[in-house]
Amino acid sequence: MSTITHHIPEPILAAYAAGALDHPFALVVATHLSLCDACRADAEAHEAVGGALLEETAPESLSAACKAQLMERLDAPHAPEPVYRRSGVYPGPVMEALKGRPPRWKRLGGGVRQTILSAGQGGSARLLYIPAGQAVPDHGHNGLELTLVLQGSFCDETGRFGVGDVEIADDTLEHTPVAGAGADCICLAATDAPLRFSSLIPRLLQPIFRI
Amino acid sequence: MSEQTRWMLAVRDHRDRAAFAALFDFFAPRLKRFVMRGGMGSGQAEEIVQEVMLTVWRKAAMFDPERAQVSSWIYRIARNRQIDKLRRENRPLPEVLAHDPGTEPDAGQVVALEQETVQLKQALGKLKPEQREMIEKAYLGELTHQQINEQTGLPLGTIKSRIRLGLERLRHELKAMRDE
Ligand SMILES: [Zn+2]
Repeated sequence: MSTITHHIPEPILAAYAAGALDHPFALVVATHLSLCDACRADAEAHEAVGGALLEETAPESLSAACKAQLMERLDAPHAPEPVYRRSGVYPGPVMEALKGRPPRWKRLGGGVRQTILSAGQGGSARLLYIPAGQAVPDHGHNGLELTLVLQGSFCDETGRFGVGDVEIADDTLEHTPVAGAGADCICLAATDAPLRFSSLIPRLLQPIFRI
Repeated sequence: MSEQTRWMLAVRDHRDRAAFAALFDFFAPRLKRFVMRGGMGSGQAEEIVQEVMLTVWRKAAMFDPERAQVSSWIYRIARNRQIDKLRRENRPLPEVLAHDPGTEPDAGQVVALEQETVQLKQALGKLKPEQREMIEKAYLGELTHQQINEQTGLPLGTIKSRIRLGLERLRHELKAMRDE
């Protein structure tokens, strides 16, 4: 695996650990943590703060039955939760978002394809497939966008991003990511608002493709 | 090794119900208050507390004292449960890191992590009330979208020493906050 050079910024890690991220962003963070021990350790340090505060929380008295009920439930049979394992370039959290199935790609034009993983009030998460050497249409953002590379690489005005790297973009960045030569690029991207494309035709397609 | 860690290892390795009851007695009332902070009523909060503690029992095999304090681990489980409940979708979680079952935990690492956590608590204890409130709100408060600012540049290292480094850095940040 290539060395990760673009990590999750600290405030986003803290927000993840504290449970304050919306689903699409939490998905990108959980996927990066599956690939990056450095950020995983930082996120776990934030959980230690949460744990320390929990220990110091004033106790609230419990109803008399609470403990006895629980002790009785300990041996109750239960179905184990499904575990989604990494499959190919897709880490466990992405496989869970795909419900264990391979992505169903939709064409966006120019060989670029996408699969929407989730879309809602808290933003949307998608997989993007960009053929080697191909550019993603020039676009800006209405809000925060996190893009994590799963296969291949891409370059834009801000640098080069390889497997495991995360690009953080906000509404000040108008960029044109181009997939590196060699391997086709697959990315996981989260946005908190639909992308707005700079050129006219992609913008007309936006409502159709939900990009 | 702390009492909590020994209880948790007894639950993990020997399915020790008395040790589990001891963990319950300490954590359940605190978890209840934590969950009620999010605006939940007493009855519903107790249901969540039961589910969290049941997960502690069922997933005990995943507890790794070299990487986490019992309280950190329970905090994570509680947040997961709250999010799953509130948003009606599973919180995305990283792949589980396998630790070798059956191997004795490295006592040096466990104790070093505990000491770092003690120092973190001391740093938390020295914050001004309004700062403490802010931190509590961020980590224990309602699960609302927070403003995120961009920041980059993180050091690298192995995961175990990094958790301690992360704790140390957080402690220094808390100290700097107090001195502002
Ligand atoms: Zn990282």
